[in-house]
Amino acid sequence: MSNVDLSIKIGNLELKNPVMLASGTVGYGNEISNFTDLSKIGAIVTKSISLKPRKGNPPQRIVETPSGMLNAIGLANVGLDEFVKEKIPFLEKVKSTLICNIAANTIEEYIECTKILDSEETIKGFEINVSCPNVKEGGLSFGNSVSAVGRITEKVRAVTNKPIIIKLSPNTATIADFAKVVKEEGGDAVSAINTLVGTSFDIYKKTPKIKNVTGGLSGPAIKPVALAKVLEISRSIDIPIIGIGGIMDWKDVVEFMIVGASAIQLGTVNFINPNAGLEIIDGLEKYCKEMKISKLSDFVASYKI
Amino acid sequence: MFIAQCKVESVEKLAENIYLLKACSPEIASSIKPGEFCNIKVSESNFPLLRRPFSICDVVGDDIYFMFSVHGEGTRYLAEKKAGDVLDILAPLGNGFDLEDDYETAVIVAGGIGAAPFPMVTKYLAEKDKEIITFMGGRNESDLTDYGMTNLNYSTDDGSKGFHGNVVELLKSKIDDFNLDEIKVFGCGPNPMLKALKEFCEEKNILCELSTECAMACGFGICQGCPIESTFNDEKYLLVCKDGPVFNSKDIIV
Repeated sequence: MSNVDLSIKIGNLELKNPVMLASGTVGYGNEISNFTDLSKIGAIVTKSISLKPRKGNPPQRIVETPSGMLNAIGLANVGLDEFVKEKIPFLEKVKSTLICNIAANTIEEYIECTKILDSEETIKGFEINVSCPNVKEGGLSFGNSVSAVGRITEKVRAVTNKPIIIKLSPNTATIADFAKVVKEEGGDAVSAINTLVGTSFDIYKKTPKIKNVTGGLSGPAIKPVALAKVLEISRSIDIPIIGIGGIMDWKDVVEFMIVGASAIQLGTVNFINPNAGLEIIDGLEKYCKEMKISKLSDFVASYKI
Repeated sequence: MFIAQCKVESVEKLAENIYLLKACSPEIASSIKPGEFCNIKVSESNFPLLRRPFSICDVVGDDIYFMFSVHGEGTRYLAEKKAGDVLDILAPLGNGFDLEDDYETAVIVAGGIGAAPFPMVTKYLAEKDKEIITFMGGRNESDLTDYGMTNLNYSTDDGSKGFHGNVVELLKSKIDDFNLDEIKVFGCGPNPMLKALKEFCEEKNILCELSTECAMACGFGICQGCPIESTFNDEKYLLVCKDGPVFNSKDIIV
């Protein structure tokens, strides 16, 4: 078999392969492009953009945990104006599909950000962050309320025709309820999961290792949780799912696709191996050839339970 | 910036808890500058998961050197490396020391394993015919090494070697020996030391650069994990990995 079709569709968004780079792990593209060819990546998701710049949390923001890490960055970002002026020109040159992640404190702010960015041709879709665990206002409280997530989806839908992906929190009882309301309100896809709330303490000082006390757990430690959440959504709601959580190699990607992910996002692994995306795409292609699969998307939700 | 696979040549013990790892990397050796750093994957598995940042200690031909002490899992793995093991290294990262400034005498102030970047700095300074004076402090004698240093003055917290007290107190006790307009201080060490050094240099109006440290994941600016407060913009943090790790002491709040 000579050619393997790795392309996938999320709503009306077509990607050349299912490998996306997750928000907050790729900045605005410029730094990571020193190590990898972003034009080969399915899509890149920007660091969360908010209407105004955010300074983020004071240090210490990061601590390593067994097979994972906790972070409490606090959505540090340049703000919408500087993003448009300074960051988009570079991103335009990167021949990868660009998804803009939006964070906000109020529903009005989500709407305003989306409206302004909708006219940017480079941006092919939006990922709405309703699930950042590290800011007091906004994120977390929205992500825990089915009605709030529904309202945000509905309002953002009204101001853009571009694909809308809602990034869901795992820190809820039933994630499928959230996916359901996203679908009902016109969202194109969900991404799951954002980080899990965790903490870590210094046993001698009895103080939290990160200044914010709690942070978001990511890395291979959360992969089984993420797989279960993707499967839960996949078994109950017919909506494209972008799987996220602890993916380190192509085998993890296949596992996510089997339980129902149409595409996946790489997060923590980008910090360790900024070229992981390309290595994974290569691995997926070899796997398909070995398994005599002509179209990778046939794998989506192919689980046998 | 690139990823290099580097073969370990040796790990040597310089003092009770100071190690020197030598690895071969023509690419890194020919591109890295004094004060810059490398982010090293110390194991092939997911434990420890993240890379560990280390200042470049020295470069000789195609060989690169890292000086470190064992204080956690990552450094323990590194100390156990054997000749022939391969390290996956991201380099060269960050901004190094500005050795070109207008000064006659370089005053190096190192606290504990903060000595790590100075052998390479010393070599470059010697090539520029700068006078070099080094102050090195530790808790006790086992924290001290003379590797790659010159004109050394020691201090220990317990008085087991050299001046009895910390290294900034030692510097203060000797400061009258210098013409303050002609010196530049280069400091690296734990945060309380950097803070005291910064305050002293600012009080005396001495040029000073500090090499800082912070927990980080990526080492090149995407994780935003290593913020440091600047003195000139309270709306935005600087990043230790990308804007530093070396800063003019007047630009940062330690």
